[in-house]
Amino acid sequence: MCTMIVQKVPLEGFGKGAGGWFDMNQANVSWDHPFHAPEEHALNIDFVNESHGPGARVAVELSVESARQLVETIQTVLGEAEGKGLLKET
Amino acid sequence: MYTTDQYEGMLAETVAIQGANGDRVLAYCARPLGKGPFPGMVLIHHMPGWDEWYREATRRFAHHGYASISPNLYERAGHGTPDDVAAAVRADGGVPDDQAVADIEAAMKYLRALPNLNGKVGVFGTCSGGRHAVLAASRVAGFDAVVDCWGGGVVMQSDQLTPQRPVAPVDYTSDLESPVLGLFGAEDHSPTVEEVAVHEEALKRHDKDYEFHMYDGAGHGFFYDHRPSYRQAQAVDGWDKIWAFLGDKLAA
Repeated sequence: MCTMIVQKVPLEGFGKGAGGWFDMNQANVSWDHPFHAPEEHALNIDFVNESHGPGARVAVELSVESARQLVETIQTVLGEAEGKGLLKET
Repeated sequence: MYTTDQYEGMLAETVAIQGANGDRVLAYCARPLGKGPFPGMVLIHHMPGWDEWYREATRRFAHHGYASISPNLYERAGHGTPDDVAAAVRADGGVPDDQAVADIEAAMKYLRALPNLNGKVGVFGTCSGGRHAVLAASRVAGFDAVVDCWGGGVVMQSDQLTPQRPVAPVDYTSDLESPVLGLFGAEDHSPTVEEVAVHEEALKRHDKDYEFHMYDGAGHGFFYDHRPSYRQAQAVDGWDKIWAFLGDKLAA
């Protein structure tokens, strides 16, 4: 919140947190202070379900390069699957 | 300065205060044993939450002779590990300023109700807590000293204002009645050197009692010895300045 650069995106999926698997319904994406990464700022993604409380969270703290590479890789993998007719988007 | 032959003891425990809207807010309180009277300090935790560093810092102030309390400003986000709770607050853009100020005021009044307080209470904060410390001391009567450690967002542009943070703390400078000690790192991105200069100019313009120190070779969070941002020499000097400042301003 020191940078105030944060966005929430609704999503569907499952994540494995400290208490085991849970149904995620939101990702909070921020460029702000990380809790663990040894940097002043990081690209933080928290996959959460707020209705389960603060502990329902899968957290990642990424460097800029890693975040960009991840976005690119997700698009590449989805594109390959789509090319093979494997995606059934609702 | 303490000596090896003196008695020392403290009571450190979780307590509850009645914060904004009458909400029950947990707080960590550490205070020296003895009849005192002791000055008081409210410690405002940083963006990473009401965490172990703040408990240690609260005990550190008690060790130096201050009845100290650190309220959990993230109480309404629920309970869990400090980083899980803080992540939820981060996603919401922080806690509302009005709520934080009322919680901090409640913590100050908790100290003022102690039977062995010397009548003086200061407020200390780092990161977002530094901002909250300046904000609370500007909006609430009852603080006798402010220690702002690299508080980002004291100076805000109009496009940074939000419903939760509708007014830049620097705009309340004329209302600030307590002296301010500010410790900053020249390599910090929030606040920048330029933003600290704007804050300092406001304090000068309103003829306020303040001292600012800008440390070369340090960035954000240079007191945090569990982080790579730790800068040993600057941190030692910064703590020395805090004890000197508070010893002067909070003496009975």
